Amino acid sequence: MALRRVGRATISSVERLGFAARFSLAVVVHAPAALRRLRLTLREIYFSGVLSLVIILVSGLFVGMVLALQGYDVLTRYGANESLGVLVALSLVRELGPVVAGLLFASRAGSAITAEIGLMKTTEQLSAMEMMAVDPLARVVAPRFFGGIVSMPLLAALFSTMGIFGAYLVGVRLIGIDAGSFWGNMQAAVDFRYDIVNGIIKSVVFGIAVSLIAVFEGYHARPTAEGVSTATTRTVVASSLSILALDFVLTVFMFRGLGV
Amino acid sequence: MPAANPAVVAPTCPTEIAVELAGVSFGYDRNRPVLAGIDMSIPRGKLVAIMGGSGCGKTTILRLIGGQLRPQQGRISVAGQDVATLDRDGLFAMRRKIGMLFQFGALFTDLSVFENVAFPMREHTKLPDELIRDLVLMKLNAVGLRGAAQLRPSELSGGMARRVALARAIALDPMLVMYDEPFAGLDPISLGVVGQLIRKLNDALGITSVVVTHDIYESLKIVDYIYFVSEGRIVAQGTPQEVRASSEGFVRQFVDGAPDGPVPFHYPARPLVEEFARAG
Ligand SMILES: Nc1ncnc2c1ncn2[C@@H]1O[C@H](COP(=O)(O)OP(=O)(O)OP(=O)(O)O)[C@@H](O)[C@H]1O
Ligand SMILES: [Mg+2]
Repeated sequence: MALRRVGRATISSVERLGFAARFSLAVVVHAPAALRRLRLTLREIYFSGVLSLVIILVSGLFVGMVLALQGYDVLTRYGANESLGVLVALSLVRELGPVVAGLLFASRAGSAITAEIGLMKTTEQLSAMEMMAVDPLARVVAPRFFGGIVSMPLLAALFSTMGIFGAYLVGVRLIGIDAGSFWGNMQAAVDFRYDIVNGIIKSVVFGIAVSLIAVFEGYHARPTAEGVSTATTRTVVASSLSILALDFVLTVFMFRGLGV
Repeated sequence: MPAANPAVVAPTCPTEIAVELAGVSFGYDRNRPVLAGIDMSIPRGKLVAIMGGSGCGKTTILRLIGGQLRPQQGRISVAGQDVATLDRDGLFAMRRKIGMLFQFGALFTDLSVFENVAFPMREHTKLPDELIRDLVLMKLNAVGLRGAAQLRPSELSGGMARRVALARAIALDPMLVMYDEPFAGLDPISLGVVGQLIRKLNDALGITSVVVTHDIYESLKIVDYIYFVSEGRIVAQGTPQEVRASSEGFVRQFVDGAPDGPVPFHYPARPLVEEFARAG
């Protein structure tokens, strides 16, 4: 009995995975359509990006300020407090920027995308669109997907920038570390190719994952109020877990400590 | 009442039939068929009503005609084309010539009333903005809502939303329009206006129209032919005169609005006594 339940759960999740793969392919096939409907995609960048700005900026600022306080506390023990800028910048650019911005993006924009598409399905708007010979994948899904992919790296970059600014406020202005060593050490230690580019790669990958999960869950939500709420929750949970898992995998590939 | 109107069922030329269903059966799941062998034939330029109790499968018939569902048995053809054989592009090409009013309006909630009606024009034509504006206002005027053009769908009443959806359905002057309950939720005045509008569109533009409705009085006034559906089958059909004169049980029950008769009011269930006996 239990075995059968496990079997059924496995089959259904494998089925879902296959579904998701086919769906991703269909969305990618509609990429040109999204480019042609540039105005729609810009609108979605506005909805997923601009409207997430406040939460991203405020969180970035606070994360940076806390990092500075905690980092200063540890670094002074080793007499290395002029490295505060390096510590903060590397943590943000490599990890916290993409990951925390990704998590915030999933709960702010991802859930909104899922709920919107799910409700459009529930109220037969997608059905009506199909009857008007307009493909909802091209008109509704693709612009939201690509809008999310564009917004996410920008948000992550803003998050890191705000974080560094927050660290500057706390470290230099409040605690009184020398501004020259704060910025100078940071510039010397942060490598464009290995730190910044890798951070951008991460945020792009997270953007793809979150956007894909969000549109998939919305498009395949059961067309009821309950179905939409379940789908929204699934988006947040699945996106967050994927971000953390993908972050681990990407970090392993980007790791240079073993001298590879 | 005759089994079928000979002028309707036996046309001289097959392309004169806009929509044809032959032996169509369909069920959302295997155990419970919704439609069991529906035959219908709708000539070009006619206004035909499909009537039947709630849940008898009227909306399902429209979805089958539009190719959103595939019949498990039987054949559906629109303008001589077998819908089941069409691929996605073929289906979309066919749908460009079809307008559909959804039962609950299905207006796009992120667009204004104006943009909702403009939507099919913007998607399928390259008309200049001024022309689209004029066309949209004309369509909205026809349903009496030109003044509501800038409202959001959330600011409309149910009846208003349905009229906007009607304007959207006819935006591209389609060759076939399917109306799913165009009269539900309308006051007697709008109801009369919408009924006349459907009739006028049909005649002036040579559209073929399929109206799904419960409103027997309004239908008798405007339509050319009526099909009655019950338990997945066509149980009666005829012109309005034939329907009025009919003595058939189904038809009388509809015309007189009696709860008892051949059309079951209840969804299939165990007898009520048995149900209570179990609970107790
Ligand atoms: N998506 C669906 N999944 C499963 N069953 C469905 C679905 N849609 C409709 N049904 C069932 O199919 C039957 C016919 O539904 P349909 O919507 O065609 O009825 P209708 O004649 O349009 O009714 P109404 O006049 O109330 O709109 C109903 O019994 C309903 O339970
Ligand atoms: Mg219906």
